[in-house]
Amino acid sequence: MTITAQTLIDFVYAEARLLDEQHFDDWLALFTDDGYYWMPLSHDQQDARLQTSLMYEDTLLLRVRIERLAGQRTFSQQPKSRSHHLLQAPSIESSNADAGEHVVRTAFIYTETRLDRQTQYSGWTTHHLVEAEGALKIRLKRVDLVNCDAAFGNIQLFM
Amino acid sequence: MSRYRGNPDAIRALIRDTEVHKDTYIDQELFELEMEHLFANTWVFVGHASQVPNKGDYVTTTVGTEPVVMVRHSDNSVRVLYNRCPHKGVKVAGEVCGNTGKFFRCPYHAWTFKTDGSLLAIPLKKGYEDTGFESCEASQGMAPVPNVKVYRDFVFCRLNPGGPSFEDFFGESLSTLDNMVDRSPEGRLEVAGGVLRYMHNCNWKMLVDNQTDTCHPMVAHESSAGTAVRVWNEAPEGTPKPMAVELFAPFMSPYEFFENMGIRVWENGHGHTGVSDSIHAAYSEVPGYWAQMVAAYGEDRAKEILGDTRHNTVYFPNIMVKGPIQTLRLFKPIAADKTLVESWTFRLVGAPDLLLERTTMYNRLINAPTSVVGHDDLEMYERAQDGLHSRGRDWINIARLFSPTEHGQKNITTNGTNELQMRSQMRAWLQFMTESM
Repeated sequence: MTITAQTLIDFVYAEARLLDEQHFDDWLALFTDDGYYWMPLSHDQQDARLQTSLMYEDTLLLRVRIERLAGQRTFSQQPKSRSHHLLQAPSIESSNADAGEHVVRTAFIYTETRLDRQTQYSGWTTHHLVEAEGALKIRLKRVDLVNCDAAFGNIQLFM
Repeated sequence: MSRYRGNPDAIRALIRDTEVHKDTYIDQELFELEMEHLFANTWVFVGHASQVPNKGDYVTTTVGTEPVVMVRHSDNSVRVLYNRCPHKGVKVAGEVCGNTGKFFRCPYHAWTFKTDGSLLAIPLKKGYEDTGFESCEASQGMAPVPNVKVYRDFVFCRLNPGGPSFEDFFGESLSTLDNMVDRSPEGRLEVAGGVLRYMHNCNWKMLVDNQTDTCHPMVAHESSAGTAVRVWNEAPEGTPKPMAVELFAPFMSPYEFFENMGIRVWENGHGHTGVSDSIHAAYSEVPGYWAQMVAAYGEDRAKEILGDTRHNTVYFPNIMVKGPIQTLRLFKPIAADKTLVESWTFRLVGAPDLLLERTTMYNRLINAPTSVVGHDDLEMYERAQDGLHSRGRDWINIARLFSPTEHGQKNITTNGTNELQMRSQMRAWLQFMTESM
């Protein structure tokens, strides 16, 4: 497959839109089987194993989250949360067509709301994308919040 | 108009044998009295000595709502100072942690203080000659907290000069800290992995109550732990059980499990769930660890240490410790309806890294603001914080398995769903609220 800069940029926009439209099953299908979603707890964090993260989840844990959001007895989602991603134009950090590996960085303002409460978060996402099964897949989505070490209330959806 | 200040009888009327008045959770005046009395008369957790290994190392934190700085003094002892310049009131130490060298220097007017708080120097000192400065409070420097105790590297302090000794206050409950430390082959812990900070719009006591509330996991956490179990059950047969599932699944244990695991209630509001069994009892073995423990302690003692799998130990007023998974949660009161929850993790010095990996995973799965288990709990706390303002009912019920003979008994072990621990906390609350009034 031919991957252009525009293909990568379109992928990032489409991924955020799946989240905001709450098509979580389709979103999860974007990950490789060994994919991870990572939200570090500290700046420049390199270790997700011996350092605590806000999230470091494989596809099993992401599946648990998604099914929980739809659960009859998920009281923290009654009523439901909503999200909105406002993305800056993604920049291609590296693109290796031979290996089929691409890294894309996207700055964002993310809004999560529930009832009368609206909370905004700022940061940047780093997508590590690979070409697999004739499509682009997420091997790692890393979300760095500018205030990752702040005291937050509930963050219930995906940035 | 004050309802409770200067009125200990009104405060006593809030606590009945099996009920607590809603004002204890929602009234801001009572919150302020808690800060003045309860958090000054009790031994409150400050930090861990491993955070300040070298002279001049410090961390800033709060005791109740008092800003303090914990610092390693030049004589190697750990000191706790009120973080307040005696000159104009500026918080002298500004960073979360750091090294201040031989002295603190106030960033406003460059007054300097030794790390025991005593005044070292003032610029243009001559200006204070013949002013009576030496009889001013400011000449004594930053105020030290008079009572500091370092117990197996855990640092506690008592703000009021008088009151129970550390040993009398904690009594046999120190066995939980002992067990967590003994789980290190070297008998030593280090704060490691990073601290999760989670803001809760609820009263701090709701969090304390929840730690020994064994009738909620299978209900409130059905959405998270229950879903984890269900998703895992769909995995193809023979798939190795992931660590995350091993951590989640026990939350869904039936009532009977929690009844049988027991609860032990000590004096002064301390107590723990999981006397004979617990949700932390069936974790997979970590390769190499048992051999290290046997080498360090001998087989019998190692078995005794690792066989003690207590669930949650509440150290009243505001921490909870889990020995088998090496976590400590600190419930920092901010207002009647606001609490900062800090969740800490420890490395068992000398033990395999896999133990710290499991501990940090537990912390992020259960205690993070992004944790599905945390979402379940916080939703209940916030609904309760709102609901308690209702005029429809005035009391919170803590009657489960109450017995009139429980009064005056010490160190009771009982059914794991007994709300005795909550009653004991509120009896201790009343005692330490009113004894200095």
